[in-house]
Amino acid sequence: MLTVDRLTIRNRAGRALVEDVSFSVGPGDRAGLIGESGSGKSLTALAVIGLLPPGLTATGEVRLGDTSMIKGQEKLRTRVRGKVVATVFQEPLTALDPLMPAGRQIAEPIRRFRSLRGTALRDAVHAALDEVRLTDTDRIARSYPHELSGGQRQRVAIAMALACRPQLLVADEPTTALDVTVQAEILDLLDRLVDTHGTALLFITHDLPVAARVARHTHVLREGRIVESAPIADLLARPAHPYTRTLVDSARRFDAALGRHLS
Amino acid sequence: MTSPALLSADHVGYSYRGGSPALTDVSLAVHAGDNVALVGESGAGKTTLLRLLLGLTTPTTGTIAYAGSPLTRRNLRDYRRAVQAVFQDPYSSLDPRHRVGRIVAEPLRGLGLGTDPTRVAAALDAVGLPADATTRYPHEFSGGQRQRIAIARAIVCDPKVLLADEPVSALDLTTRVRIVDLLASLCADRDLTILLVSHDLGVVAELCTHTAVLEHGRIVEQGPTRTVLGAPSHPYTRRLLQSVPRL
Repeated sequence: MLTVDRLTIRNRAGRALVEDVSFSVGPGDRAGLIGESGSGKSLTALAVIGLLPPGLTATGEVRLGDTSMIKGQEKLRTRVRGKVVATVFQEPLTALDPLMPAGRQIAEPIRRFRSLRGTALRDAVHAALDEVRLTDTDRIARSYPHELSGGQRQRVAIAMALACRPQLLVADEPTTALDVTVQAEILDLLDRLVDTHGTALLFITHDLPVAARVARHTHVLREGRIVESAPIADLLARPAHPYTRTLVDSARRFDAALGRHLS
Repeated sequence: MTSPALLSADHVGYSYRGGSPALTDVSLAVHAGDNVALVGESGAGKTTLLRLLLGLTTPTTGTIAYAGSPLTRRNLRDYRRAVQAVFQDPYSSLDPRHRVGRIVAEPLRGLGLGTDPTRVAAALDAVGLPADATTRYPHEFSGGQRQRIAIARAIVCDPKVLLADEPVSALDLTTRVRIVDLLASLCADRDLTILLVSHDLGVVAELCTHTAVLEHGRIVEQGPTRTVLGAPSHPYTRRLLQSVPRL
């Protein structure tokens, strides 16, 4: 469904920020993209949705179904976003429009892609809020982003992303800005929703234990290149590349420190 | 306890103007050699407590004390020399217009301790940065190196207590390990005790022997880290522990 083939992203100076990256995500798959800052993981995510910032050029190919996300007409890509692929970013406060109540933000893609109006649209918005386990949907729908907590905002962002039943959800560090207990709830929610709807997931994170919780086949990015790809369980048990080993060892260090205190 | 705590908050309460209490009856003691972790979620009052402990704000009720003496305006200068801080974001906590040498020397100047360049060099050396770092600017350094600069600045006046507000949460995992190792070695080598604010229980378990859990401005549980994490008595602590993603 998503095919990334020899994707290279260069800046104006011609420096490659992402180089020769290839992977694919099939229907219902849960792919992981792990990397530290500067590894190119977020640029790869932006290339997948065809929204690279100006000044960066992509070569190679990114295809979502029949649509090229880096070549061809922008008009075609607009049709794909929200409907075929949707995104959830790290910071829901920047993903949401501060001047628009949450309900209207969720309504927008539903009106556009599912052509609902009036009561049907209103019901769909409430159903979407219900689905992300937000109670008191009337109040939430009327609230502006700043009136919501970080966890509620991320739930609204997820509701918005999944409202049009995309085939692929790109989640870029969706829980990094959240408290640990809220993170656990949001991961459970994502887990359940992508399962229920058979949505494919491209989960991007720097956090190995978080990736282990939701991702399956996982790619390790370092300085713009994929250094290793394997099911996450194998990566953790038998990291082949020295860099993956360093990552796994670092994560295990804190995990073990905590483990020593737990009975 | 036989000797007074190095740093303590005794029945501290604080309300922002016109607001409900941000802290209620908080008592916490930091004893020399026993690193303390302050754990809690956003809005729990961690940063407010840290501001009080830094002497930036005066508590509405209760007292902050250093080595048994209550903190007042008059002894604030001595207090600053003994209690220094490191913050979460190494990008915003260093003045981009100043060279690293000047940034690290700042507490010396501010406290009237002279500007002995050998102290700056010793602090940079202690955090593993090269001596020529002094002539460079913060933007020339990575996030982990910047956090080393911030730590060098904090230890340059040989403090006894380091208040560390999420010092590694903005860092990559591999860098995080190195900074935690650095903090542990500084405690061992320089007779330094850390009060660590963190939501990362792995880092807490690695660095701190004592843990206090803050929820809605109250300490709901505190004691040896082994007990608090190993046999949590408060429902919130249990929920926190269950939420940590494990490998």
